[in-house]
Order: sequence, then structure tokens, then C-alpha cells
Amino acid sequence: MAGEKGVVLLDFWVSPFGQRVRIALQEKCVEYEYKEQDLANKSELLLKYNPVHKKIPVLVHDGKPVCESLVIVQYIDEFWSHKSPLLPSDPYCRANARFWADFIDKKIYDCGTRLWKLKGEGKEEAKKEMIEALKLLEGELGEKKYFGGESFGFVDVALVPFVSWFYAYETCGNFSVEKECPKIVAWGKRCMERESVSKTLEDPKKVYEFVLVLKKRFGVE
Amino acid sequence: MAAEREVKLLGLWASPFVIRAKIALALKGVEYEYFEETFGNKSELLLKSNPVYKKVPVLIHNGKPICESLIIVQYIDDVWSGVGPSIIPSDPFDAAMVRFWSHYVDDKWFASYYEVVKGETREAKIDASREAMAVLQPLEEAFEKQSKGKHFFGGETIGFLDIALGSCLVWIKAAEKITGLEFFDKLPNLSAWAECFWAHDVVKAVMPEVDAVVDFAKKIQAKFNSPPPPTTN
Repeated sequence: MAGEKGVVLLDFWVSPFGQRVRIALQEKCVEYEYKEQDLANKSELLLKYNPVHKKIPVLVHDGKPVCESLVIVQYIDEFWSHKSPLLPSDPYCRANARFWADFIDKKIYDCGTRLWKLKGEGKEEAKKEMIEALKLLEGELGEKKYFGGESFGFVDVALVPFVSWFYAYETCGNFSVEKECPKIVAWGKRCMERESVSKTLEDPKKVYEFVLVLKKRFGVE
Repeated sequence: MAAEREVKLLGLWASPFVIRAKIALALKGVEYEYFEETFGNKSELLLKSNPVYKKVPVLIHNGKPICESLIIVQYIDDVWSGVGPSIIPSDPFDAAMVRFWSHYVDDKWFASYYEVVKGETREAKIDASREAMAVLQPLEEAFEKQSKGKHFFGGETIGFLDIALGSCLVWIKAAEKITGLEFFDKLPNLSAWAECFWAHDVVKAVMPEVDAVVDFAKKIQAKFNSPPPPTTN
């Protein structure tokens, strides 16, 4: 595929990491070819373009692969810099945005996975950490429209795909994100008014069905 | 009343994460006030400046804290962008590559290296070292492409990935002393790179003594054997 022009995305339909990339591409109005991957049976293409991690998403731009969702989003922001900047221009604000995006990476997916995979004390611990993490994020959001202020930005892209997972987390963990973090839920609804988000995120019930499939596969009741 | 120093760095002398910040500041010729934290006893300033993780390094610039070593390095590059060498490449694809590999170091290297420090016998440390060396293999393969035939991952000058990985060299050298192994034995690209990095003036000025790190590693080995490991970031 070297020398081939264009943008290709290797992805998996429900992956929040892949969705970050799709949202960023749409915000920048970049046309791309979507290639759904079978993660149980990884393609030659995926293994060729991400030999280190063998994971999606992978963005292949003019034959050159970029891996790791936040690295890809920064690449998209830098390459298509003329439209809808995702990272702010001020160095301190940039550092702050990177910090919170990295925080989301460290906490949300891991806590979420432990919520559906574990039982008893493990599950309760995961729930406690998830709520703490969301509350910290809520503090960072404050009264702003988006994490990026008036404009939809890097941290918004990093977090918003997980909004479609809230229902699954709530059901598995027996808690309510709205009760714990109403501002985060309100922010999520504002994000859903953006086409890039509403066209990308899966229905929360579908995400929950997917989690049930995973639970069965892992032998978790 | 003395004017407040513009740039402050909170750190621990042996932390590779803190070393990253020191290298970046030195590359840009930035003067700063350094505050050594006491291992196991966090200062009020640290807890106030990094309430989320309570870890070093923390860069405080004009009173505003920046946390997480790789974010600090990028911040330093952004603020002092006109000074000294560029740390992050200007080409978006090259920038993506150094971010990817630096993230790989953070993701894979430290976890495998902790096993080396934790190992209770020399044999356990040797086994763990071999695992850690395997983690370096993809970086060995990536070196040629990244360096474009020059001495560093950043090319002619030290760049982001050099800093991310090079900060670990003093601990690698410490492990070599303890185990008798050569970490770069089967990794000729990284071996040559490490020699150049270690010899760089800026690096020499900020790296702690290997023997001091060996002593420190022995002291903290017991602490690492009870989860979670006391990490610095």
C-alpha cells in the first residue's frame, strides 16, 4: 500500500479509541476509507501496519501508518491544521489538555473494563475509582461548554466516546453517572448535538449488548 | 524581597521521569530552581501542585504547575520554541512517530524494568533483565528509520524520544552493574545510540552517578515487592 494516496482507518465499530479518530477526522472534514477489522482474526493489513501492538485504531495516510488513538488525533490536528483546531495554541492550555486526555486514557477504560469483568470487591473498587475519575473530570469541565472552552477540543474528543459506554458501566456497576456527575452528562448531551459525535457514537444499548457478549466470552456472570 | 524564580522543578534525584525534565530544561538553557522531594514524604508544594497524582516531576512556571514528564517536555519545547534545538519534530508524521515510541517506553519499558528492581535474587534479576531487553527490541529496529542515519533518534540533536528513553540509561547501567549483563549486547543500534547519548554534555551534567542509583535500587527493592510500586512519573 506504500505510495497509495488517501486516508484509511483500520478500526472496530464499538471501540471508543477508534471513535476518537473518526470524530477528529469528521471535525476536520477529512475524507477517509473505513476498514472494519475482525479482532478475533487479525488481518495482514493490521499486523503489517501495527506490528508492535497489533491493535486498532490505525490511521494509514498516503501509505504511512500512525498508531495509538491520541497520537493519531494529534497528528490529524497538526496535519489538517487549517480547520477546527483541537489543541489550543497557548502552551499551558495545551499541556493541560494533554494532561486530562492522558488521565482519561489511564482511568476510564481500565475502570470500565474492571466494572464488567470483576465481581464483589473488585467491582466495587472499580466503581469507586470510576466515579472519582469522572468527578475530577467534572471539576476540570466546570461551567464550560466543552473541555476546550467555547470550542470542541482535544479532551472532548478523548472522553466523548465513553459517553456511549456510561449505560453499560451504570448497569454493570449499579450506579448513575447523572446522579454522581450531572455536568458530565449535560456535556455529553451537548457533544451529541455535533454531527461528528452523533454519527460516530453507537447507541448505548448496543454497547451494553456488546459488553454482555464479552462477559459471556470471559465467563463472567 | 527576592524576586520569585520563574521556573521551578519538583523532583527526586534518581527518577528517570525527573531526569527527562532536567534534560529538556538544559537543552533550552532554562534557569530554574530545583526542589528535591524526600522519598516517602511528599511536600505540601507537591501535593498542592499535583493533587491528581501527587508525583514528581512537577514543573511550576510562573506559578502554574505542569505534570507528567512527557507533557512537561513538550511544554518546555512549546514555551522555549525559539531557543536551542527543537525537541518535537515539526513534521506531523515525524512528531507522531516520536510520540508513539515515547508512549511505548512509558507503556512497556517501566513495567518490565520494575521486575528487574523487584527481583529478590541475582538470578531473578537476570531473568527479568532478559524480558526487559526484549522490550527494547522494537526500538532497536525503529532506530535506523527514526535517526535517518544520524546518532540520535532525533537525528543530529537529542529529541523527544532520545529524552524519553535516554532518561532510563542510568537505571539500565545500574542493572548492568548488579546483574553483570549487558543490556545492549544484541542491540547494536541502541548500544551506539546509548554511548552518544551518555557522552552528550547536557546529559552528563544532569545524570546521577550510577553507583548512587545502584545503592538506591537496593534500598527500594523491598518496597517494590509490596504492591502498588511507589512510582514517580
